[in-house]
Amino acid sequence: MSTGLIEGQALANPDGAAADLIINDFSIVVATANGTGSQTSNLAILRALFKMGIPVNGKNIFPSNIQGLPTWYHIRASRDGYTARRHTSEILVAFNQATVIQDIQALPPGGICIYNGDWRSIPQRDDITYYAVPVNEFVRAADLKEKKLRDYIANMVYVGALAYLLEIPLEKLDEALMFLFRGKRRTVDSNMGVVRAAYEWSAANLAQDHPYRVAPMNETEGQIMMTGNEAAALGAVFGGVTFAAWYPITPSTSVIDALNDYLGQLRRDPATGEATYAVVQAEDELSAIGMVIGAGYAGARAMTATSGPGISLMAEFVGLGYFAEVPAVIWDIQRVGPSTGLPTRTSQGDILFTYYLGHGDTKNVILLPSSLRECFDFGYMAFDLADTLQTPVFVLSDLDLGMNNWMSEPFAYPAEPLKRGKVLTAEDVADRGFARYKDIDGDGIAYRTLPGNEHPLAAYFARGTGHNDAAVYSERPDDWKNNMARLARKFDTARLLVPGPVIDEPEGAQIGIIAYGTTRPAIDEARDRLTADGLVTSYMRLRALPINDEVEAFIARHDHVYVVELNRDGQMHTLLSSELPELATRLESLALLDGMPLTARWVVEAITAVEEDRPRRRSANGRGRRGATELDLSGNGSMSPGNDMPRGDSGLTDMGHDGHNREVIVEEME
Amino acid sequence: MTDTTTPRAGRVNAIGLAQTDYKGLPSTLCQGCGHNSIANQIVQVAYELNVRPAEMLKLSGIGCSSKSPAYFLGQSFGFNGLHGRMPSLATGALMGNHTMRAIAVSGDGDSASIGLGQFKHVLRRNVRMVYIVENNGVYGLTKGQFSATADEGQELKYAGTNEFPPIDICMEAILAGCGFVARSFSGDAQQVRELMKAALSHGGTAVLDIISPCVAFNNADTSTKSYHYGKEHEIPLHGIGFVPSEEEIEIEAYDPGELRVVEMHDGSWVKLRKLEADYDPTDRMGAMHRLQWAQENQELITGLVYYDGSRPSLAESSRLGDTPLNALDESRVRPGREALAGLMDGLM
Ligand SMILES: Cc1ncc(C[n+]2csc(CCOP(=O)(O)OP(=O)(O)O)c2C)c(N)n1
Ligand code: SF4
Ligand SMILES: [Mg+2]
Repeated sequence: MSTGLIEGQALANPDGAAADLIINDFSIVVATANGTGSQTSNLAILRALFKMGIPVNGKNIFPSNIQGLPTWYHIRASRDGYTARRHTSEILVAFNQATVIQDIQALPPGGICIYNGDWRSIPQRDDITYYAVPVNEFVRAADLKEKKLRDYIANMVYVGALAYLLEIPLEKLDEALMFLFRGKRRTVDSNMGVVRAAYEWSAANLAQDHPYRVAPMNETEGQIMMTGNEAAALGAVFGGVTFAAWYPITPSTSVIDALNDYLGQLRRDPATGEATYAVVQAEDELSAIGMVIGAGYAGARAMTATSGPGISLMAEFVGLGYFAEVPAVIWDIQRVGPSTGLPTRTSQGDILFTYYLGHGDTKNVILLPSSLRECFDFGYMAFDLADTLQTPVFVLSDLDLGMNNWMSEPFAYPAEPLKRGKVLTAEDVADRGFARYKDIDGDGIAYRTLPGNEHPLAAYFARGTGHNDAAVYSERPDDWKNNMARLARKFDTARLLVPGPVIDEPEGAQIGIIAYGTTRPAIDEARDRLTADGLVTSYMRLRALPINDEVEAFIARHDHVYVVELNRDGQMHTLLSSELPELATRLESLALLDGMPLTARWVVEAITAVEEDRPRRRSANGRGRRGATELDLSGNGSMSPGNDMPRGDSGLTDMGHDGHNREVIVEEME
Repeated sequence: MTDTTTPRAGRVNAIGLAQTDYKGLPSTLCQGCGHNSIANQIVQVAYELNVRPAEMLKLSGIGCSSKSPAYFLGQSFGFNGLHGRMPSLATGALMGNHTMRAIAVSGDGDSASIGLGQFKHVLRRNVRMVYIVENNGVYGLTKGQFSATADEGQELKYAGTNEFPPIDICMEAILAGCGFVARSFSGDAQQVRELMKAALSHGGTAVLDIISPCVAFNNADTSTKSYHYGKEHEIPLHGIGFVPSEEEIEIEAYDPGELRVVEMHDGSWVKLRKLEADYDPTDRMGAMHRLQWAQENQELITGLVYYDGSRPSLAESSRLGDTPLNALDESRVRPGREALAGLMDGLM
């Protein structure tokens, strides 16, 4: 699907002669202040482009704050279907005076800047085009008393201006707003009134002195658009979730919000109100996971969703779940740590923590979704795996996948019935007896009974203390050793049951890339570019831990394999090196953590730099460079506009901000 | 483990089970530990109430007290969880199967120290279960440190002097919105049994704060958690008698100043023969006041301290149906193809 283009390369001459129009291949960055209601405007633009058939992705780069701190919304339109974040955006909507200096600095030559014409002055560059829009005029025209509403209207103004400048049809914006406001015509009309006025004003007063245009395509026909957290919740619903307990934390909160939404629609009797599920907001994550383990023990399909700090509180219960062998599903929507870290930024930093979570010898099963489709699929598969393996299963998503809007093919209905695992009914117990932890099938997975089973021999006492086959307390050395050996055997069974890696190994590939989760779009794009540059790469995308033989074989087939991930220490690299020590020297870590979603550019540059460097390094001491943060060009590295801005006061961090589009304004405008 | 009441061999209850069918493994707790006697009362109560072992769930945290579910109801499911975290485990398990009844056992360290948060929150949620705190004012299992219910100024061999005021389990329970709050003394077996029966009939969380002496670490006569102190200072608020729903209650004409009859969630009755004439267990402020007074004067008041059966349980407020969540079949928990297709259409 590639044209081999990478950002910056296709910039036409700044005059933007018609012949050099750049169509459906650019990024927009909207700079606003948090809490001004710009989400509706941004999502309207995103969705309008999507409905024009243009591949798009939107990313909200927001602060840990409820109101006032800078926010950037990135929209990438890509006729080639690329959805990774771009390093630079050619189109700037500068609506935040606090960041306008940096925002303008970050524009590439030939870029355009749409800004609030009421500001007294803004930094001048002669290699970009400026469009001043008299925002206050529109706001005054709307005659609103409340500041919130005035901010909100201001944001609709840039929608209208962009629509004119980029040629986004107004009816597509109308359609997008109808979607966002769930069909409330009057609300849409009042929003569209502002959009249209700004459009008309722009048409009368602005010249399209720039090359960026949108034009209809049919690349998104039949596709859906939603966030990863919504897809995760939907997957859980179709996985038959019956119990969820949680404690709010960005960026996981919207998993449960969506879950409540879908369950309310689909699993509650509209006449009686009777529910086939329960969702409990716990007093903390410790309690949330305790409830989930209790419910899993009872035989409910139980889940929680959290992020790093919550995982810390769950450690003891996860260890109990592992040892007492209780199914549970834990979504970790990763954000940047350690500690509160950057609560509104993305990372893949919990790999090692969750894999080994629990004291003593604990190893956990982990699923690694990379797309909406996998959020949905793993959403139900996680329950099947947890029930089959009788153990807690983690699903590691991240803020970028979870909270941002992505395109996807529609989800397919689960092909197989629910897999409830080895559960004995009262009749089964009568027929074959019962010993809770006896490995009858040799796969390390014993049979269990559920509370409520009426057979007198069905009951057992679950516990975190040492036990024998029959779940009776035991401190005998061989009981302990045998039980732990069985748990290790069970983990080996898990290798065969979890989704295997997805491997793409083209003819003539010289190097391998291993990655997982939301680095996927950046890697896909980078590989196209590397191929165009003459470096053909193989790619293995891990979808789960523990690893299986395919992973080992892939690494063995390549002399040099890059492990690309979003953390400082190369956690997957560490894990693979320790699981496959004899292959470890073939692995090279390319790890980056700056809180931002990965760009293809960083991947290309990092790999190219190491590849060029290789002969020299070999003759030196053979030790590879770890990480490659410095490889990114230009002062701002891989960061976004606003890079140098203060990002909020740590005392304010995470005070319930979820970056979500809960528009107070919506109701007020009706 | 010694039984306080041993029925004649061959005797069975109404569902054909002998008292031994309600026993667990032999206790490994110290001889004379108050927790043993409570375990024995549970066996007796379950036998007398014709409890079906399959409908009862046992839960506990960590501590000597929390070990004891292994020593009763050996045919019932149980989960011995984490220190201080039994309430969350119980909440999940009892939402997973809300048709079950439950006896949860915890200690004063388990519930008033490490687990105070979970203790209070499970009461707010009103998960239907009997929550027994076997209160000995000390950590037994880790050998004699002060717990949060230890008397202020108390001295212990290992732990030295306790400088901090005690947490009162019953007061905390009432403040948290619990609708069944009782205190008893493991040396008063008959009262423990009657309160336990009443607690099992309650529709939400029923807290039994049972003073249960630790003979190894906190049984000096001066300790308010010792046998001697309990025997000398117990002040029952009322004589308590439980009348199961299947029996007919004789409500003879009674003087409301002497007898009070409370109807429980499941149709059974609790008769309170008043000893403290003006004590009204349905008066929340009065109960708090009486507990405060007792604490200040180191009185061991026992009985049903507070009762209010009006709050819905968590399962009720969650609007669960008759079939427990763990028994719903696929057709009820996985929406159909059309549902998914409809949602997909809406997202295009
Ligand atoms: C997280 C954790 N911290 C500490 C312990 C050690 N520990 C086990 S039991 C206990 C105290 C138990 O006291 P209490 O609940 O009063 O029970 P008792 O033994 O007195 O019946 C402690 C501190 C533990 N098991 N887990
Ligand atoms: S140490 Fe105390 S609490 Fe523990 S079993 Fe012995 S007497 Fe009971
Ligand atoms: Mg204690």
